[in-house]
Amino acid sequence: MLSRTADNLYWLSRYMERADFLARIIDAAQRLATLPTAYGGTGSEWESTLNAAGALDGYREQIGAVNETSAIYYLAFDPQNSSSICNCLEYARTNARAVRTALTIEMWQSINGAWLEMKRFQAAFGKPGTIDRLELTRFLDFVRKASLDFDGSAHRTMLRNDAHWFSRLGLYMERADTTARILDVKYNVLLPETEQVGGSLDYFQWTAILRAVSALTAYNWVYKETIKPWLVADLLILRPEMPRSLRSCYDDIARLLDNIGRAYGGTGASQNKAHETLRQLETIDIKQIFETGLHEFLTEFIESNDALGAAIGAQYLIHVDEGLFQGQIQSQG
Amino acid sequence: MANGRFFDEMTKPDGLPRDVYQRVAHWLASAPPELLASRRSQAELMFRRIGITFAVYGDKDSTERLIPFDIVPRVLGRSEWTRLEAGLIQRVKVLNMFLADLYGKGEVIKAGIIPEDIVLNNEHFRPEMRGVKVPHDVYVHISGIDIVRVDDHDFYVLEDNARTPSGVSYMLENREVMMRLVPELFAQHRVAPVENYPDALLSSLRSVAPKQAGSDPVCVLLTPGIFNSAYYEHSFLADKLGVELVEGRDLLVKDNVVYMRTTQGPQRVDVIYRRIDDDFLDPLAFRPDSALGVPGLMSAYLAGNVTLANAVGTGVADDKAVYTYMPEIIKFYLDEEPLLKNVPTWRCREPDSLKYVLDHLPELVVKEVNGSGGYGMLVGPHATREQIAEFATKLKNDPDGFIAQPTLNLSTCPASFESGIGARHVDLRPFVLSGADGVRVIPGGLTRVAMKEGSLVVNSSQGGGTKDTWVIEDFQGGLV
Repeated sequence: MLSRTADNLYWLSRYMERADFLARIIDAAQRLATLPTAYGGTGSEWESTLNAAGALDGYREQIGAVNETSAIYYLAFDPQNSSSICNCLEYARTNARAVRTALTIEMWQSINGAWLEMKRFQAAFGKPGTIDRLELTRFLDFVRKASLDFDGSAHRTMLRNDAHWFSRLGLYMERADTTARILDVKYNVLLPETEQVGGSLDYFQWTAILRAVSALTAYNWVYKETIKPWLVADLLILRPEMPRSLRSCYDDIARLLDNIGRAYGGTGASQNKAHETLRQLETIDIKQIFETGLHEFLTEFIESNDALGAAIGAQYLIHVDEGLFQGQIQSQG
Repeated sequence: MANGRFFDEMTKPDGLPRDVYQRVAHWLASAPPELLASRRSQAELMFRRIGITFAVYGDKDSTERLIPFDIVPRVLGRSEWTRLEAGLIQRVKVLNMFLADLYGKGEVIKAGIIPEDIVLNNEHFRPEMRGVKVPHDVYVHISGIDIVRVDDHDFYVLEDNARTPSGVSYMLENREVMMRLVPELFAQHRVAPVENYPDALLSSLRSVAPKQAGSDPVCVLLTPGIFNSAYYEHSFLADKLGVELVEGRDLLVKDNVVYMRTTQGPQRVDVIYRRIDDDFLDPLAFRPDSALGVPGLMSAYLAGNVTLANAVGTGVADDKAVYTYMPEIIKFYLDEEPLLKNVPTWRCREPDSLKYVLDHLPELVVKEVNGSGGYGMLVGPHATREQIAEFATKLKNDPDGFIAQPTLNLSTCPASFESGIGARHVDLRPFVLSGADGVRVIPGGLTRVAMKEGSLVVNSSQGGGTKDTWVIEDFQGGLV
């Protein structure tokens, strides 16, 4: 398949997943921001949310001081924020349109329908200023549903070939990145078992993290006990049964890259890298992670995940002219 | 319906239907208005769905819109079609011979059939192509010849489209929609199928692959990209052909060989069905500012390592000034009379013709030699005094740039509206394929219809619509 087609499919899924993540963290932050400080409200909720979205520097530069209304507008609608929800949906559709024939009708309709709906919301939230909370809730629900729709249509209708694998790969790469980021933003409240926990003060912070990755119920099922910060970290980093955990994402990433390697009759840097990370996630336990430092672990993970993205790009998506002619010209497709 | 001034495809001057239209006329006459209305809205719904499937959509950001569709088919009888088909094959055969000659020995010029300067000064003439041998001497692999008729017997060629003609996706989709919309009419007619067009196109493309390509040549469709107005047709065709839809950036040239960038490394490309104009093909050879093309493509082409369809430089053959010489050109190469007539045309470059044209502007249609899409033309009978005066000045300043034709009484065909059935002017664009195995025409084509009453402009850019075009077995008598 064309490298550009694979690239479009990969980014299409990444942007849909990112839109979903943004909707979830806005929702979680809204809850936290309304808490009295006695319940763990920090007053800096929007700053850390912008940070988790990787948008804090851009926000400071383009908007300035952080306040709730501007932060919500910036994260959800602002055209100048290249990673706003609306821009994610816009880029997703542009990518989809360019590879229209590689998508199933169901996938195209889900993405095109979401885009049309998004335009209606965008018109309603045309300017920064006051946010109609009811309408915002509807919007965030719509974004999550759009992402589910797209995901479901891809899962149910795509042929299981390289197009499907590249599309899924984008989803898990993005999910691993966002899960690691939200953990890293909150690493200061995720303390090891040995530390003195600051009462129940941080309780709402922990549930907010779980809520942001839709894992609150999952936590209860897996651990059957009250919320402990180290277990939150364990769930989101190491548990294979938790679909947003780093471990689970890498199970999928490694499997998808193996499928691609098998179909193409050869593996390379991206397969090696994915398996290396997966082995690490399989063998380490949460105690060891806290010993080396959660923040250090997560920073390293995010960098390594970025490096894997670059390796996938170089191996499959963006072919640099020279160099790729070394012994791999195909005579037939 | 026929008002006597125009030839109507369905109704004779005596009010009775022509033979080929017996069943359609009966259907139209007996169908209650509600039925036609529901079919019209169904058609719109289906096209909107196809539009959602392929093209774009919201109002503000829409880069494409739906072209109006009329549910009454354009019907041609087998014997009419056989005449038309023979004429189209003759014409396209000659277009290929003419181009091979222009870029070869130039005998048509030496024999004085066409003035040299019309060819050499033509902006679509590509000196780079001189002495280049293209596979099987095929230049125009895909053409769309615009045909009009003014009476029962004669078809006229209005224009030869020999560069990158579009519209074939409408021919295919109109048929799909009609088969669902009016199955009862299909049951009463034997309509020649058009659905094999993509297969025929693919086999034509494969037949002209360079020799070294082997038995399974790799074909691709090259598009300018998603912002091109015909992008939806490009992606539709690539899908039907089962070939990759590539943009310039997906291709690269190394040692005069063209490759596409795939997830499995570079893959050699043998035939490019390009929907990009010559000017944008290769920034090294043509417009250096073109970001759509592929650097080095032209030299790979000249080296014979890749086939471009259509060939580079075919634009010189569909120029409106060259058009006027087509009857003589056909006689020159085949020693046959042209089977399809040219519309009588005054070449404004000739002083006598210019004088005649200036004296008769209110009754003539004046076209720019290089114009297309219905832009830059004067329709005398519908023009204001100011517009006529303005055109007269243009003509005097640049007589070489214009031709003039009588206002043609384009035939009409019934169309269905909320207000009832009304006759509207139509033309026809059949699609002609040339390959190593000869020239063939898919029975049918794209009928364009001027949806506004009395209008003669059928171009979709000016509000024209389309109809499904049927070639049916000749009338056997009696209603079913």
